[in-house]
Amino acid sequence: MAPRNEIVIQAGQKARHYWQDMFRYRELFVFLAWRDLLVRYKQTAIGVAWAVLRPVLAMIVFSLVFGKLAGLPSEGDAPYPVMVFAAMLPWQFFASGLSDASNSLTNNAPMVSKIWFPRMLLPASSILVDAADMILSLAVLALLMLIYGFAPTWRMLLLPILVLPAAVTTLGAGLLFCALNVTYRDFRYIVPFIIQLGMYISPVGFSSSVVPQTWRALYYLNPVAGVIDGFRWAILGTALPYTPGLIISAAVALVLLGVGLRIFRRMEATFADTI
Amino acid sequence: MTAILKTENLGKQYRIARHRSQSAHSYVALRDELTQMVRTGFGLWGKKQPKTEPFWALQNISLRIEPGQRVGIIGRNGAGKSTLLKLISRITAPTTGSIRLRGRVSSLLEVGTGFHPELTGRENIFLNGAVLGMSRAEIRYKFDEIVDFAEVETFLDTPVKRYSSGMRVRLAFAVAAHLEPEILVVDEVLAVGDLRFQKKCLGKMEQVGGEGRTVLIVSHNMGIIDRLCNRGIVLDKGEMALDASATDAVAAYHAMGGSCAGEILRLSDNPAHPVITGVRFMGEKQDSPVQCGSPMNVLLNYEVQSSQHLSAGLPHLQVSMSIKSASGELKTACCSMQQPHFGPAPAKGTLCCHVDKSPIMPGEYTVQINLNHNGQACSRLVNHPLHVHGGDYFGYGTEPVEHRDGIYMAHRWELYDSLTDKKRETKA
Repeated sequence: MAPRNEIVIQAGQKARHYWQDMFRYRELFVFLAWRDLLVRYKQTAIGVAWAVLRPVLAMIVFSLVFGKLAGLPSEGDAPYPVMVFAAMLPWQFFASGLSDASNSLTNNAPMVSKIWFPRMLLPASSILVDAADMILSLAVLALLMLIYGFAPTWRMLLLPILVLPAAVTTLGAGLLFCALNVTYRDFRYIVPFIIQLGMYISPVGFSSSVVPQTWRALYYLNPVAGVIDGFRWAILGTALPYTPGLIISAAVALVLLGVGLRIFRRMEATFADTI
Repeated sequence: MTAILKTENLGKQYRIARHRSQSAHSYVALRDELTQMVRTGFGLWGKKQPKTEPFWALQNISLRIEPGQRVGIIGRNGAGKSTLLKLISRITAPTTGSIRLRGRVSSLLEVGTGFHPELTGRENIFLNGAVLGMSRAEIRYKFDEIVDFAEVETFLDTPVKRYSSGMRVRLAFAVAAHLEPEILVVDEVLAVGDLRFQKKCLGKMEQVGGEGRTVLIVSHNMGIIDRLCNRGIVLDKGEMALDASATDAVAAYHAMGGSCAGEILRLSDNPAHPVITGVRFMGEKQDSPVQCGSPMNVLLNYEVQSSQHLSAGLPHLQVSMSIKSASGELKTACCSMQQPHFGPAPAKGTLCCHVDKSPIMPGEYTVQINLNHNGQACSRLVNHPLHVHGGDYFGYGTEPVEHRDGIYMAHRWELYDSLTDKKRETKA
């Protein structure tokens, strides 16, 4: 029997064939996501409806507080609830993705400490599960647009591409926090706090056009702001409130992914020892 | 022949907390790091106090394993066996040296890791296969064989959380063994299954070895090592003590006095406290079995890990032992507390319990031994199996008829007549 390939593990050196290994385990990536999807709503009374209920309730509260009470403007002629829900798609994806990814290693601690497989698959696959939830929310959006009689434009077809920057942002932050979470469990408390604050800092409940002119460039350092603007542009068919913002956000997202990858790969070797 | 697995100067260092009482958490809190940073002025002044000290779990391991070898790795608890398996299966990275693997490694270090309790047996076979690196097509091809081997046909669509522990082991082993790895790594996991399945697994591992693939197995069961393996490696304190045939390795291990089938628990983190390192039950002589009615000797080896602060020895060492039936009922116990002190004990020594005439009825027992120092429990041996052979306890020339798990007592039956109140003389 001819050995297919030789694996060399040298102390103090990063594993060779890192990305090849990842590619070899691509089926596990899907399996892990499928596993999480299967068990996600087990033993819950209303099951998968939770995936829809949370963003819908948040949308209602935001529409009442920001749209009715605060009287903030919508974008173009889009009904306020539709505008909020268009932002809810990427926001929910980012929030659940970040929270699931940062807990993915510690939740699978027995597996990490007893079996070898490319560790990055755990945070990455947990984000894939949240993408599935986003597809469900998309159906709710369609229903909402039907109720309000709001017709979509051809730009809607670009949504799959716009998911990419959302995924980059989520993966970057997720890799960073899940690696840090292995050593410092403080991040179990920090991450929900970030998400809670981020929901108000990001233009989820309001349009980013209400941000004062002078603060715009700074505002888009939050990569989610750019992602949300992109989604609204595609779904509502309105003009972008601030075009350079997209570039700033995209650059920040890429830097975040770079930092996340770097930290993750540096800490990866000791995951099994410290988890 | 080219080696399928080659390690050179392999070593693994862990950092262990110096005083566990100070950092009771098993992980570092960010707060500790931050206060440390502030205290040392972010490294600008002041010296960082190391909170941990290095500990070599494994050192200088240079191995060459050829295809088709079945290697048994033996050693006491903490000798580095599991660390070696973890390094070979790539779970943790080595601190020194290198490993060369020519082929796929499938490892079974713990039962059912990679299983999800909520998923069914069928789903878990696919999931676990994928975790071990099998493709979906491969798993589908092997599926029936796996199910057949694990004997779980009727429970395929039951969530694994409802499986018995035996069923879980069977399924986990079946998946790992059918991966057709070039190197199969198995840690003490077969102890859970029943005897018949253990035999089946051993047969499978023999078959895997026969097909020119390599098996690495860690076990405390010397019988399994002796029967299954054709090479034995003895590890002692992280270093290789012997690399020989399995039979020689088992014999050497027994000679080290480390043969201990039970589990040794450390109850104290103080390195100056003694730890049980091995136990031996013997009859009158070194190689005679424990027999009812004959002398019995229990030899308990202990050791202090760090003897720096021990110039005066261990001032107050105490030991207690209890013998339980297979079902866990206490049968008898004894301890050293009532007798005079040993006096200062050495950092490494052997406690011996002499029983002039063993009263234990023939059968299977488990033994628990506690080692105390200054009234604090330091180390405990649990579930050490003891087999007692039958013997002539009462000196009648025949073995007693009573054969239940228990203890004989010296006694005499007499018969009295109720009318005369006279004792009837017994006839010889």
